[in-house]
Amino acid sequence: MKWFDYAAPASLDETVKLLAQHPGALLLAGGTDLLVQLRAGKKQTDLVVDVKHIPELNALHHDPAKGLTLGAAVPCYRIYGDGAVQSAFPALAEVAGIIGGTQIQGRASIGGNLCNAAPSADSIPLLIALGAVCRVAGPSGTREVAVEDFCTAPGRNVLGPGELLVSIQLPPGPARSGARYLRFIPRNEMDIAVAGAGVSVVLEDGVFRSARIALAAVAPTPLFVREAGEALAGQPVTPEAISAAAEIARGAARPITDMRGTADYRRHLCSVLTRRALETAVQRAREAR
Amino acid sequence: MSRRGFIRGVGIGGGALGTGLLEKEALAAPPAGGKTEGPGPVPITLNINGKPYNLNLEPRVTLLDALRNHLDLTGAKKVCDRATCGACTVIVSGKVVYSCTVLAIDAQGKEIQTIEGISTGNRLHPVSAAFVNHDAQQCGYCTPGFVMAAKGFLDRNPNPTLEQAEHGLCGNLCRCGTYVGMRKAVLEASREMKGGRHA
Repeated sequence: MKWFDYAAPASLDETVKLLAQHPGALLLAGGTDLLVQLRAGKKQTDLVVDVKHIPELNALHHDPAKGLTLGAAVPCYRIYGDGAVQSAFPALAEVAGIIGGTQIQGRASIGGNLCNAAPSADSIPLLIALGAVCRVAGPSGTREVAVEDFCTAPGRNVLGPGELLVSIQLPPGPARSGARYLRFIPRNEMDIAVAGAGVSVVLEDGVFRSARIALAAVAPTPLFVREAGEALAGQPVTPEAISAAAEIARGAARPITDMRGTADYRRHLCSVLTRRALETAVQRAREAR
Repeated sequence: MSRRGFIRGVGIGGGALGTGLLEKEALAAPPAGGKTEGPGPVPITLNINGKPYNLNLEPRVTLLDALRNHLDLTGAKKVCDRATCGACTVIVSGKVVYSCTVLAIDAQGKEIQTIEGISTGNRLHPVSAAFVNHDAQQCGYCTPGFVMAAKGFLDRNPNPTLEQAEHGLCGNLCRCGTYVGMRKAVLEASREMKGGRHA
């Protein structure tokens, strides 16, 4: 690994000032992606800024009225170990428990998963489905970016020079709502999704009031399939409606063929995973208050 | 100091710890008060198996390299060096981590446990003993990482099912394929540890 300087600022203001002085700095949370990329020469920097000592990036609190504030550096084990997350956002607790293995989950954060912007990132389709919004700080203040607009290309995101992801805000789940992320991997654990589907639904009197569907590993970025969710709105909750939405998701996928699977196989997975994820989300919504 | 003598010394001293696994992740004060350090060697203090070690390391040095190359603690193995295989597993603040993807400078102020620190004198830790009893190794290179992962798992899940144990050890690989013995070993160790025979 090439040499670098290291800084661990204790406040957001200090960090923003430091990043303004060092536009080439890279941010370190868990390090499970960054250190591997630095060692492989995929990324280079003269300064690594450890963001784990900034209070805003370590926040994890749930307010029934305002939703969940998930600090960008909060590691996965804290997310799935948090009682409020387990009860209010069980699908988020699940996804934090399938990113890597136990050792990864002790370090890696959902914020890091998002900033790393892998098309196959497990957490991002679910965040999109849940309508999550990124809070970004930078030299000209803070701004908000919807998660579906955050990733721009494999490994690239919308953060400009001197900007950092502070937190991810999840709006409170309405009554009768449910969510689920499903992925396909040939192993049981510790693998990269061949394809994945994150969904959320809101039900009302046996009808879909709204739904959001997003896919993993079938496009250059995590893919929000707005039209698949919109097709469900107003439809009665039937297997036919669910299958129709799954077919729209399949049609929206733009996968490549690589060592993990062919494009055709991935398109097929989009349909199956979307359907199954919707079925579980519907079940959860029915059981919800 | 020879490595074996050193390990023995740590082993004796290590009996007192092991109970201090703090769940709470306090927002620790940053090392060096937040100022930029490096790229040359900087003073780093690591608390390993209950003892503080003062080192001068470049910020780019990982915890694994600090242990192996600077402290002669070669139990944690460097195999993939990219957070995939688990051979470098150590326990930091009660959680299992890959020491190949933790910077040493970032591990300051935390309680680090390595394979060298888990036995009590000449008595093996119940996990190590169970690995011996069940032939849960062949070439042995993944073993220290597996033992630490199993210990970290059992510290948090004292009464696991086989399925839970398999899931808990999903971050480690054995190319010899000794998983059958390891499954038995982990379940035996869970019974031994509940029996309170280990401090």
